[in-house]
Amino acid sequence: MDAIPTTAVGELNEIARQMRLDILEMTTKAGSGHPSSSFSATEIVTALYFGGVLRYRPDEPLWPERDRFIMSKGHAAPLLYAALARAGYIERDLIWTLREVDSPVQGHPIQNVLPGVEATTGSLGQGLSAGVGHVLGGRLNQLDYRVYVLLGDGECEAGQVWEAAMAAAHFQADNLVAILDYNKYQETGPISREMALEPLVEKWQSFGWHVEEADGHDVADLLSKFAAVQMVKGQPSIIIAHTVKGKGVSFVEADFTFHGRALTPQQAELAREELHGTR
Amino acid sequence: MELGKQAGLKPYPQPLRNVFGEALLNVARENEKVVVLDGDLGNSTKTEYVRQTFPDRFFNIGIAESNLVGIGAGLAACGFVPWITSFSSFLLCNAYDQIRLAVAMSNINAKVLGSHGGITLGKDGPTQMGIEDLALMGGLPTFVILVPSDPASMHAAVKAATDYVGPVFLRSSRVALPEIYPMDNCPFEIGKANVVRPGRDLTIVACGIMVAAALDAAAVLAEEGIKARVLDMHTIRPMDVDALAAAARETGAIVTAEEHLLQGGMGSNVARVVAEQHPVPMRFVGLADTYTESGDPDDLLRKYKLTAVDIAAAAREAYAAKTR
Repeated sequence: MDAIPTTAVGELNEIARQMRLDILEMTTKAGSGHPSSSFSATEIVTALYFGGVLRYRPDEPLWPERDRFIMSKGHAAPLLYAALARAGYIERDLIWTLREVDSPVQGHPIQNVLPGVEATTGSLGQGLSAGVGHVLGGRLNQLDYRVYVLLGDGECEAGQVWEAAMAAAHFQADNLVAILDYNKYQETGPISREMALEPLVEKWQSFGWHVEEADGHDVADLLSKFAAVQMVKGQPSIIIAHTVKGKGVSFVEADFTFHGRALTPQQAELAREELHGTR
Repeated sequence: MELGKQAGLKPYPQPLRNVFGEALLNVARENEKVVVLDGDLGNSTKTEYVRQTFPDRFFNIGIAESNLVGIGAGLAACGFVPWITSFSSFLLCNAYDQIRLAVAMSNINAKVLGSHGGITLGKDGPTQMGIEDLALMGGLPTFVILVPSDPASMHAAVKAATDYVGPVFLRSSRVALPEIYPMDNCPFEIGKANVVRPGRDLTIVACGIMVAAALDAAAVLAEEGIKARVLDMHTIRPMDVDALAAAARETGAIVTAEEHLLQGGMGSNVARVVAEQHPVPMRFVGLADTYTESGDPDDLLRKYKLTAVDIAAAAREAYAAKTR
């Protein structure tokens, strides 16, 4: 395939930087949330929404032919909301009401409450099944859209993920692409210590999936892998994206306990400076 | 099974699950958006009728109830009307969280069949019995909950559930139930209970298999001079508040009867409405805090006190409490 122009890569990196700033401001203002889990998947979501991967119409959120993006790791909701605002699904002002009463911008995404949210997630393990449903629905409706599901790594400890993996291969869902945000940490610690997942490549392959690995913070690499899996026929694909939890803010990267908490205003100021490159 | 004999009801040759299968096939014929998802029990739930006729709209997801619900939700998001089907015990107990998030909280247009509800699946035993399904569904605020009581109302309920836009749970049974309504003319409106026998001395509120038993009990009570009204509470939510208020006001005593745990089932919901609207003496027929066992359905109904005899006894108590 053609190389991705470096200018485009530069623009996407800039978008990713701004999305991280949005995530930081949203969660700090809310006083809670999962910024580090959002940071680890920021380039993945940026590449999907702004790298020309997803076909969508923000003014027609339920456009039947749209590509689907399902945020199965629902705690990365701030990342999804930042993308939906930037893509034009929702007013940008809305995202600052994250986790406030009377706001549709819920702590975890709720379907049919906010445009662009394809599935209710937050209880982990459920998104891939919804993705398989969208594949079967597209087949019955004779539409050729693609379905992308972002999985967390800890989430892959849930049995339902593997039920869906089995079904996707059974139904030869070659328009289904899972992306695994493999940041190697779950809520309470390193995955290898808490509940080992390896060998992950072999697990997915043995379930009948085509597997690619990528640097989850390299948008050019991600875009080339998204292009590559489009060529795969007869089986679903997964891109195991190696990521860093908290990516972009050094002291968040260094401390996995930021999983389920926002930065304090003082920490946010330091993070802001880092993301602005002024520190 | 002699259910309905004392009330003069006509036995129906087919089990209710087969009637469900036929009703589902009918709505699949009428509405090409209907799709059926099976947890590998289509030969028991009788969704296999749809599989045979419309194989493209039937998906066996295998023995994976969580995934079954999630895939159904995805299909609903694509504009289909999924019927997500299995035994009520396996589906609700395995996939409650999936039903909670993907169906109830998302408020999507999906239908959930809980087949083999209650204890009358019989010999397969308590592991397979759905005695807590109505309580579990009660915890999912957006769901309509339907428990049809005979073949005609099963047909009507499946049609009404399919036409309704939103989440619906429907309970089916393994056993045959006698005819309460004429097959071609069954009044069925979601949320509107049917008075299937008039009476002014007390009211028996029943659902599912217990409606026929309640009619039997009412026939026995009539011989004793007690005129019992029988209310077919085919919709557990939204509950027909007006019918219950009228029953309490006009008859002064209420007995509930259900093939379900007393905790969290129809009766406790009826009691809440009656307590608010017009408190009257009440008695409750259902399963006390217990699991049951394998056995012939009739033997189980007798042992666990879910028969017309038990309803009549409860009715005499409620009537006595009223007139005391």
